[in-house]
Amino acid sequence: MRLYAVVAAGGFRRYATYRTATLAGVFTNTVFGFIVAYTYLALWDERPQLGGYDQSEALTYVWLGQALLMTCAMMGAGFESELTERIRTGDIAVDLYRPADLQLWWLAGDLGRAAFHLLGRGVAPMVLGALAFDLALPDSPWMWPAFLVSVLLGVVVSFALRFLVALSAFWLMDGAGALQMAMLAGLFFSGMLLPLTLFPGVLGEVARALPWSSLLQVPADVFLGRYTGWGLLGAYAFQAGWALVLLLAGRLLQSVATRRVVVQGG
Amino acid sequence: MDAVAAPGPETAETAFADRSRLVEGVRAYGLIVAMWLRSTLAYRASFVMTTVGNFLMTGFDFVTIMLMFSHVDALGGYTLPEIALLYGVSASAFGLCDLLLGSVDRVGQRVRDGTLDTLLVRPVPVLAQVAADRFALRRLGRITQALLVLGYALVTLDIAWTPLKVALLPVMVLSGAAIFGAVFVAGAAFQFYAQDASEVQNAFTYGGTTLLQYPPSVFARDLVRGVTFIVPLAFVSWLPALYVLGRDYPLDLPRWVAFLPPLVAGGCWVLAGLVWRVGLRSYRSTGS
Repeated sequence: MRLYAVVAAGGFRRYATYRTATLAGVFTNTVFGFIVAYTYLALWDERPQLGGYDQSEALTYVWLGQALLMTCAMMGAGFESELTERIRTGDIAVDLYRPADLQLWWLAGDLGRAAFHLLGRGVAPMVLGALAFDLALPDSPWMWPAFLVSVLLGVVVSFALRFLVALSAFWLMDGAGALQMAMLAGLFFSGMLLPLTLFPGVLGEVARALPWSSLLQVPADVFLGRYTGWGLLGAYAFQAGWALVLLLAGRLLQSVATRRVVVQGG
Repeated sequence: MDAVAAPGPETAETAFADRSRLVEGVRAYGLIVAMWLRSTLAYRASFVMTTVGNFLMTGFDFVTIMLMFSHVDALGGYTLPEIALLYGVSASAFGLCDLLLGSVDRVGQRVRDGTLDTLLVRPVPVLAQVAADRFALRRLGRITQALLVLGYALVTLDIAWTPLKVALLPVMVLSGAAIFGAVFVAGAAFQFYAQDASEVQNAFTYGGTTLLQYPPSVFARDLVRGVTFIVPLAFVSWLPALYVLGRDYPLDLPRWVAFLPPLVAGGCWVLAGLVWRVGLRSYRSTGS
């Protein structure tokens, strides 16, 4: 347990060293936040209460999206390209030799990364957004920890998905194509482009049931007070259920994959 | 480090040297691009997949707009075909620029890891080298998607075409690409100081093209002022496209501004070129 805590702290520190990049990222998140916020304002001007949100809730959704983009890695940019590279080059053999579990090792590091991104690239755009627009912030102080739990579950689901995709490199050798497809799915089905409650008909129902909705749609709805009491537990159960299924699938794939590893001597 | 043109009085001789450097730069650019094309096409399957991926990823922008229009008939007072025209022009210009110059944002990384030194010792303009670096043909996916949306707009829009409007279409795509290109180069020059701040550049390039995909009436006046007079992105699509659509301009600008894009593009390149030279001259190698 101590080992994984150290790995997580390492993940945090590693991203904390890129200070200029973090500032630049905050700037970009804020610029995009403004652009998208204005388009949502125009949309909600035409149709108040669209998708079950009023205007300030819709604006809050925009800024939550910018704040969680890196935390929940909706467009990737976590450990996955590093892992596929290690599989491609064969360095993965060294990782498998370590007295640590492969999946837990990368999960710990990714949790550290996510924690840094939440503080480094999440808080500032959210504060700037709240200064510029009338956002619907939670009334009850309890909503903040409730939101954080949902974000944590979202990060784990995001990790489990990316771990699965990265392991595909054992078969595909070059994981770039698979990672790109995963990024596309993450961008579209997380609700980053538009809240999933605005997706029409069956597309909307399917999108809301897929694991990617745990990355933004569910945490945002928790933040906006859509879930209370048993409803909140239900939302957590949805996220935790996907996390469990995907982590187990990753574990299964990992054991199949590692049996394929052939270490070349030299 | 004399590869950077020395400052001096503008004589016929230096002007001639500048021109030959330009020719030399374009030639080198072509050679490096050809090299990367051969390398790209060695992995056909990977090329096809990443091109399709590029097509889909930018396609999602327009899918988002279509999803919005499944709930409303107009956004900021504009219909879907009108927004498709703004989108098509801006995205085509950006796609063209991204294909030709998109790699310059890697300068920061090269400054950081010291590989820029390799480019400095070659007898070829550095800008040509970084622009052609890892030339990514897969970006054709982005242009294809943009041209399809532009085609959809032109087919569905009911425009009273005049020769002037027809001529303005290719002009705005090409000048727009040049304006975006100047932003790319200026952003790359900024990397000499900031090193790992390439995301700031994304705010202006990717952010800029996203902004231009929506009508100016959607945005706050100060924002529109900023992208008209400070970073003149409004000349990429808004001002010329609104002339074609016969719409009012933002900020009560006169009608003739629709024909300024080539001039604005030229001005932007002069400035970007100066900024690039200053940036490159201030470069200090990281050593080893």
